[in-house]
Amino acid sequence: MFYGVDLGSRLLLGTARYPSPAILERAIKASHAEIVTVSLRREGGNGRAGQSFWSFIQSLGLRVLPNTAGCHSVREAVTTAHMARELFDTKWIKLEVIGEADTLQPDVFGLVEAARILAEEGFEVFPYTTEDLVVADRLIEAGCRVLMPWGAPIGSARGLNNVYGLRALRAHFPDIPLVVDAGLGVPSHAAAAMELGYDAVLLNTAVAEAGDPVEMARAFALAVEAGRAAYLARPLEPRDMAVPSTPVIGKAVLGG
Amino acid sequence: MRIFVNDDVHDIEPGTLAAALEALGFGGRKIATAVNGRFVATPARRSTALNDGDRIEVVAPLQGG
Repeated sequence: MFYGVDLGSRLLLGTARYPSPAILERAIKASHAEIVTVSLRREGGNGRAGQSFWSFIQSLGLRVLPNTAGCHSVREAVTTAHMARELFDTKWIKLEVIGEADTLQPDVFGLVEAARILAEEGFEVFPYTTEDLVVADRLIEAGCRVLMPWGAPIGSARGLNNVYGLRALRAHFPDIPLVVDAGLGVPSHAAAAMELGYDAVLLNTAVAEAGDPVEMARAFALAVEAGRAAYLARPLEPRDMAVPSTPVIGKAVLGG
Repeated sequence: MRIFVNDDVHDIEPGTLAAALEALGFGGRKIATAVNGRFVATPARRSTALNDGDRIEVVAPLQGG
């Protein structure tokens, strides 16, 4: 599904903002995710957080997708990708180049530039982008074989802000794996993305900051599965007028 | 010689990045490094000489979304 790797789960889960490592671990299990996103941050000579998180990640035995979260320039994102490749021993990189502080909207110009540099260096890039068709085309041209358009701003829990745009993206790129990344709040948002024919969803805050992250992870897993099954079952198109579901022919004539 | 590690100032003996990391307690740790904004891979740390005023970034794995 992603760069030649087939996966059983269509849910990618972030590892940040959980109440505790134990809850994170249980949420990952409940979500059935096979890919978890991770990051890298400064650590002091006495700090041990990074080392213990690394041991934890290794113990999960899952694929990791490191991100370049918080990078605002091409150079910063490329250097972060280099550091991530060495730390996590993977060619995969979730490429974020942030362009605007309030919405955390991707800087799509920097994103395309960074994607080209990294793809040429052998990275397998998962770009966090908007649903813009032209940008998507440029990212594919740059070497991306997965696209991750936002549903809504990161952490906003608003769901799919532009269903029309996401549907158009799916229609224009039928052979590119598409992942709705960011902005999902509840399982019905994930189901809606899957019903549009998206290949997967990536979420973090919706699970991590739910009252019960483990139960919410399970709910999202069910929704992703339901949405995918619905897509494959070819849903009805909405229409304006009623169509009686019960046959009219043979109905008893009772007067009145 | 004065260098900056994650913005903190350190006085160290002139030498390589590998030696500086060892002296600052990073020996054997799961980290990645950059000097003045450029990535320095683990094998290259021993051949990377530091200069006065160099800015070093040391990062480790962390939770992410």
